[in-house]
Amino acid sequence: MRTPLSWLRDFAPIDADADVDRLTELLNELGLVVDGVSRVGEGLDGVVVARVEEIHAIEGADRIRAVVVDVAGTPTHVVCGAWNFSVGDLVPLAQVGTVLPGADFAIARRKMRGAESNGMLCSGAELGLSADHAGILVLPEGLETGRAFTEAIGLSPDVVFDLDITANRPDAMSVAGVARDLAAALRIPFAVPARPGPPGSEPAGAAPVGPPAGPGSTPGAGERDSTTGARVGTEDASLCPLFTARVVEGVTVGTSPAWLTTRLTLAGMRSINSVVDASNYVMLELGQPTHPYDLDLLPGPALVARAARPGETLKTLDGVERTLGTGAHPDCVITDGDDRVVGIGGVMGGESSEISARTTRVLVEAAYFAPMAVARTSKRLGLRSEASARFERGTDPDIAAACADRVAALAAGAGGTLGAGLSTGRTPAHSRIRLRTSRVNALLGTDLGDAVVHGHLQRIGFGIAELSPGEAEVEVPGWRPDVTAEVDLIEEVARHHGYAQVTRTVPTTTQVGRLSPYQRDRRLLRQVVAGAGLVEAWTPSLLGPDDHGLVGRPEEAPGLALTNPMTREESELRRTMMPGLLRAVRFNVGHRNENIRLFEVGQVFAPPAGGRGLPDEHEQLAAVLAGPGDDAPAAVRLWRTLADGLRLREPGIRAAAPPGLHPTRSGELTAGAAVVGVIGEVDPAVAAAFGLEGRLGWLQVDLEALAGAERRPAATAEVSVYPSSDVDLAFVVDEAVPASEVESTLRRAAGDLLIGLRLFDVFRDEALLGPARRSLAWSLRFCALDHTLTDAEVASLRQTCVDAVQSSHPAVLRG
Amino acid sequence: MSGPVTGPHGPSGAGPAPLDRREEAARIVAEGLRAVAEAASLEELRALQAELVGKRSALAGLGRSLGSLEPEARRVVGAELQEARSGLEEAIGSRRSALEQAERAVALQSDRLDLTEVLAGSSRGHLHLLTQTRDELEDVFIGMGYRVAEGPEVEDDWHNFEALNLPAAHPARGMWDTLYLDQGDSESILLRTHTSPVQIRVMQTQPPPIYIVAPGRVFRRDTPDARHLSTFHQIEGLVIDRGITLGDLAGTIESFTTAYFGPGMHSRLRPSYFPFTEPSGEFEVTCPICAGSGCRTCTGTGWIELGGCGMVHPNVLGAVGLDPEEWSGFAFGFGIDRCAQVRHQVPDMRVFLDNDLRLLTQF
Repeated sequence: MRTPLSWLRDFAPIDADADVDRLTELLNELGLVVDGVSRVGEGLDGVVVARVEEIHAIEGADRIRAVVVDVAGTPTHVVCGAWNFSVGDLVPLAQVGTVLPGADFAIARRKMRGAESNGMLCSGAELGLSADHAGILVLPEGLETGRAFTEAIGLSPDVVFDLDITANRPDAMSVAGVARDLAAALRIPFAVPARPGPPGSEPAGAAPVGPPAGPGSTPGAGERDSTTGARVGTEDASLCPLFTARVVEGVTVGTSPAWLTTRLTLAGMRSINSVVDASNYVMLELGQPTHPYDLDLLPGPALVARAARPGETLKTLDGVERTLGTGAHPDCVITDGDDRVVGIGGVMGGESSEISARTTRVLVEAAYFAPMAVARTSKRLGLRSEASARFERGTDPDIAAACADRVAALAAGAGGTLGAGLSTGRTPAHSRIRLRTSRVNALLGTDLGDAVVHGHLQRIGFGIAELSPGEAEVEVPGWRPDVTAEVDLIEEVARHHGYAQVTRTVPTTTQVGRLSPYQRDRRLLRQVVAGAGLVEAWTPSLLGPDDHGLVGRPEEAPGLALTNPMTREESELRRTMMPGLLRAVRFNVGHRNENIRLFEVGQVFAPPAGGRGLPDEHEQLAAVLAGPGDDAPAAVRLWRTLADGLRLREPGIRAAAPPGLHPTRSGELTAGAAVVGVIGEVDPAVAAAFGLEGRLGWLQVDLEALAGAERRPAATAEVSVYPSSDVDLAFVVDEAVPASEVESTLRRAAGDLLIGLRLFDVFRDEALLGPARRSLAWSLRFCALDHTLTDAEVASLRQTCVDAVQSSHPAVLRG
Repeated sequence: MSGPVTGPHGPSGAGPAPLDRREEAARIVAEGLRAVAEAASLEELRALQAELVGKRSALAGLGRSLGSLEPEARRVVGAELQEARSGLEEAIGSRRSALEQAERAVALQSDRLDLTEVLAGSSRGHLHLLTQTRDELEDVFIGMGYRVAEGPEVEDDWHNFEALNLPAAHPARGMWDTLYLDQGDSESILLRTHTSPVQIRVMQTQPPPIYIVAPGRVFRRDTPDARHLSTFHQIEGLVIDRGITLGDLAGTIESFTTAYFGPGMHSRLRPSYFPFTEPSGEFEVTCPICAGSGCRTCTGTGWIELGGCGMVHPNVLGAVGLDPEEWSGFAFGFGIDRCAQVRHQVPDMRVFLDNDLRLLTQF
């Protein structure tokens, strides 16, 4: 929220020359975070008021136009790229030679497309007044052309704080609310002035407005205005507990006073007309949104708040036809005397009763809407407005009637007259909360006395009734609907005491900090795989609807698609990391990166039972090997490294054709009896679908399965001091028999004396070995712990191994 | 070899006179020394050694013939022969080491390798910057006595919002743009928008005291920009114990800041709003780029906003059945990605979406 310092000064006597850095720090310490500070109204000496006299098209240019403006009787030709003004409008002109705020050049005389330009018409942003770049700042009527711009609009050098207001502070969505907090921190008085505007700016003829209504009261004269017959009502107190309004007659809809439009501009709002401006001004000033209706376009004339009924629609002020919600949580609508919908309560008014230049009688609505109801409606319609943002957080019901009056008084201007204040419903009672000073100190770690605690609260408008030493009943003011419990009061004390003033301590625990075995394994796994030369990637958890089909997983996965995806490419949860990693490979190939070997550790998802509820999440490691010479054997070597790194007992590979992998060059990973993952090469068709060619090694393990796998014993195996003996055995083995099966047989047969077993040669030659057979050669190393093996012992072991293999498999020893 | 060295071959007992033997020895020594000096290889030297001082050498033959001499002459000539033998052995020894050195020099020269001409080979692997950052953050808190807790990335509405004091239609839910799973009628299953539901899961399953951090992936329905991705990583801390205060929170964040960012780095808290904590705060740390003197990264303030924190809201304690009068606690959370970005000056987070090796291998 953009908050000018001069406006804050309406409510609290902040020193006009206050140190801006100090104020910024104070606001931050109060939780009214300053996103930016801009100094405005400086460096605008060369800017004058000008009136648009003529607008001409420039031949061959469709974005800029030639404009003739009058500056104190002198016509001046300028070229302008904005389209939001028309002949007769007053606009700011930066004359030749002016250096605008934030610019590093002077406006020069120049020619564009043959048209001469002797200056520049300025937007609010160019003048440093607002963030509005969209068009030229159109000035209020009645200003004298040629006059210095700042003087004409009553702009003195000022400071605008851009505040980031948190969702719990509706009170701080107003200048008054910010001023209240700041005044308390500065220990200076705070008061809402009876008339809006800076001193000396009262609109002539408007009555000052009274103080806020007390809680539990019905402000105003009643439900009906005797002069105009206007009537207000609320049929649903749960949606609209309080509905107030004020009639203004004899209104001339025109431009607002310069001080008012200037403040709107500084606050980041555009001036619309004097009536709408009045409504917006009071909303910015006090936080109460109001809505002005053209009374003559309002059948009845009446305004009644009620729940929407089935089939009801409304064309809102933004020109969109909206269907209203009913059911358990209906929208709150405002209807006219014919029971037709003219507005959505707390969100936006309808087009039909909009204020226009012809309007002479206005009915100003200022209601209190149930915050949750407004929040629901606003969310359901996807329609957020300045009004809904305030109502859904909770406005102050006590000031609703006074704000209707304030808007009415501003809108009435010099010629209008105010009717009676109308209202129906009641202001809710203020909540009262028990506050224990001991609890304050226990939660904050402070040692504050009652007086300090109560003082902090009283300065921001909370009422204190002391019950006993250390205990008080606190009355919450109407503007703090967020404060509902003791802890909320404690936060207020903390804010005003200052978070920085709290002594810092560090709690101690007897707990020993450490990772769980699973977490240690995961780190180890990552380190082992990175140690093997792979680079860790992270790819999105969300994939497109076609991605799973591309990697051989076309089956339905109910319950994993998103209701509201950002993009189609990220619309369902991944069941595999393959699409993400293959895309990453593709990116790196495309950028001629080398040694592309990637891995990722992350969650993949399986559909929940019945397609409803939390999906099954599995943490997996997936690795893709796309470096030179990489293939399934490279993946197998990685698996061996990984299995050894994690000390897996009996790691193995068995034949399988997992989806997405090469049907004849892949398998399942086992650890003991458990399947822990898949391995092989990416199916060439899958690789091709991702724009990749050549062999790609793939390895994928499930971390939970790994965690459950048996590990090698922790005890150290004794190392023999006696020499070892090697035996090499080559078998001609049927192709149908996996080498691993022969190896298992060898291992079993060799027994405890075997200390090393290594497949060292694979050789195929149909002429020599016969069809569908290959030679597999192993080297076995034997050693005993207590003696040197004799030749006879080694020969016997060799024969045992040969016999075991030949009797268990279609295999013969190669001579 | 410079030619055969001849010696006396007369029958023993009828050999030459002592004088002859002495002349013969002198001749053998002189010729031997010359031959040793001329030996060109270790092999040649080994043959010379056998010839000159071996058992079958001329010198040895002379020695054997001493038996025929008078005892006195035998003693004198014997000593002279021993001297001649020592002289030869010494010469052979020094020649051997000279030849060995020369041969080593030749071998080394032929073994020469330019270590800068080694062909490009395999490179080491790399852990992702975010993994490295997460591990380091975890380690800091483990050092402070915390355990690491984890929870599912897909959550139900109750854990992600409701139990965190965010009932349905709470306006503050707008602070988290949420992605929901399409499971029929209601928005009950969602991608967690923060790691805070892990707080709830831990408090549901573990009695206090609780000291944990919960790192993990979170999701928001936000358009990615230079500082935010729609999928990112947070780390959340939770302490529940008796007598935990806002001062404990501020002190813990300060300890963490100094431990992670380094000495001289500090933190500060300012009020903010989160429905699940009260009082709530944002915390800032000394800008690690300029060490607090003000730079572009910290927009001249010297501080970098890192995360949110606060005292656990009594309603949150109540939701998991803890009595807020007995137990209190604090929670804090911040972006792991943001930490990495700030520390390593990553200009735009979106570079991580490509998994570009040129980026990943920098860390």
